[in-house]
Amino acid sequence: MTQAADCIIIGGGPAGLQAAGRLAQAGYHATVLEKEETVGGKLNKWDKLFPDFYDAKKLKKQLEDDCASSDVTLMTGAEAVKVEPEGSMWKVTVKDGRTLSAPSVLLCTGFEPFDATRKEEYGYGIYPDVISSVELEAMIGKGEIKTRDGRTPQSVAYIQCVGSRDEKTGNHYCSVNCCICAVKQCIEVKQLLPEANQYCFYMDLRMTGQHFEERYRESQEKYNVHFIRGRVSETALTQDGRIQVKAEDTLLSRPVKMTVDLLVLMVGMEPSPSTRHFAEELQMSDPYGFYLSQDHESDDNLTRHAGIFLAGSGKRPMAIPKTRKDADAAAWEIIRYLKQHTR
Amino acid sequence: MKAFGFNLQKTRTYEIDTTHSPCEELEHAVPSFRQCMFCGSCAATCSANSHIDFNILRYNLLFRRGTRQEIANDLDNCMLCGKCSLVCPRGVNTRAMIMEMRKELQTDRP
Ligand code: SF4
Ligand code: SF4
Ligand code: SF4
Repeated sequence: MTQAADCIIIGGGPAGLQAAGRLAQAGYHATVLEKEETVGGKLNKWDKLFPDFYDAKKLKKQLEDDCASSDVTLMTGAEAVKVEPEGSMWKVTVKDGRTLSAPSVLLCTGFEPFDATRKEEYGYGIYPDVISSVELEAMIGKGEIKTRDGRTPQSVAYIQCVGSRDEKTGNHYCSVNCCICAVKQCIEVKQLLPEANQYCFYMDLRMTGQHFEERYRESQEKYNVHFIRGRVSETALTQDGRIQVKAEDTLLSRPVKMTVDLLVLMVGMEPSPSTRHFAEELQMSDPYGFYLSQDHESDDNLTRHAGIFLAGSGKRPMAIPKTRKDADAAAWEIIRYLKQHTR
Repeated sequence: MKAFGFNLQKTRTYEIDTTHSPCEELEHAVPSFRQCMFCGSCAATCSANSHIDFNILRYNLLFRRGTRQEIANDLDNCMLCGKCSLVCPRGVNTRAMIMEMRKELQTDRP
C-alpha cells in the first residue's frame, strides 16, 4: 500500500477544508474525501451567517481558494466507509472500494439538522406551513417567503430548541447556534416582509458569542420581533389552513394561543450519519453519537487512537468560526504528530 | 348535599390573533419600550410592588400582548417615582411608558 497523503481528511465542510489548507501551508499534503459531489458541507445550505450576515458563498470560496492554491487533493463523491489501522498507518476505504492510507486521519464528518418529524406535536411533515430553519434559510436565499399555497405570510412564529434540551428526543444538550440563528432569520424575514408580525417562543435566549446580544437587541428595537418565554406544547391546523400554536407564557403565567401563517422550527444539531458510524466503529462515541475527544479541556483534537484526530461539529454543536479555529488547532496537532512519527 | 362537578371560569388563555394590536402609539411616544427584555428589575425595585398587588413588568407584558383593559385601573397605583427607570438594564423609560399607557387607556390619572 502506498501512502496517499500525510493526512486523510474525511469530510469537506468548513472544518475539513480549513484543516487541509493549513496543513498544506505548512508543507504537508492532505487528501480530502467528500461524500457529496461538491465540497462546503452545510455551508451550501446557508445563505448568510450569523451574527454579521457574512455571505456563506464567499466563505466557501475563501476555503476552496486556500485549498486550490496549495498541496491539497480534493476527492468529491468519495464517501469514506471504513477506517482501520494498518501497521503504523491508517487505511481508509471509500464506498467504491478504493483504499487510501496515511499516517494520520482527521475526522470532520460534522452534524446534521434534527429531523423535526420526530416532534410530531409541532406538525412538521403534517401541516405544509410548518417548516424547519434550514428550509426558511433556502427561502431567504431566494429572497421570497411564501406559504405553501403561495400566500405572503402576515405572521410568522419561531420555536426554539426543537430537538435540543429535550429528553423526549434523547437530546439533553443545547445546540448552541439556533438562538442566534433565529434572531438572524427574524431580521432577514422582516426585511423581506416589512408588514409581518413575528413571534419567537423561547425557554432561554442563549446569546453566547460576540455581537450576539447586540443582534438580539436590534431584532427587538429595529425589527420589532416579539419574544415570548415558553415552550410551544402543540400545534393544530385551522379551518382556513393556518397554524394554531399553543404555549404557556411563563412570564405572565397564562396560556397563550395564536394563529400564524408560517411556523419555523429551529432545529438542533445531531451527529451526521458518518459521525455516528465512525464514532461507533472506532469506539469513541459520546452518549449522543458525537465523537468523544481524548480530553475536551486540553486534548480536544486527539482521540483514544494515535493518529486519529477530530475537528468541528462532529464533536458537539459549534458555529463556523469556532469550527475553523478547531480545525486550525487540529492541523497543528497533526503536524506535531507527523514530525514525531514520520520524518 | 355535596356538590359534584366543577364550574368553568372565563378562560385564562390570551389569544394573540384577536387581542394583539401593535403598540405603535406607545412605541412612537416611548421608543425604548421595544428594548425591554423582561428581566423584572423594574418590578423588583418598585415600592408599590412590595406592598400592594402592583407589578409593572406584568402590565408591560399585558399591554404588549394586547390584553389591555384589565390593567387600566391598576396603572393608577403607580406613584411615578421613577425608581424603575433607574435600574433598567436596557434603558427603558418605564416612567414615560406608564404615563403613555395611562393616556392610551384613559385611566383616571392620565
Ligand atoms: S441555542 Fe437556543 S434554541 Fe438552540 S438549543 Fe440552545 S437554547 Fe435552544
Ligand atoms: S427593568 Fe427594563 S428591561 Fe427589565 S423588565 Fe423592566 S423595563 Fe424591561
Ligand atoms: S414609577 Fe411606578 S412602577 Fe416605577 S418604581 Fe415608581 S411606583 Fe413603581
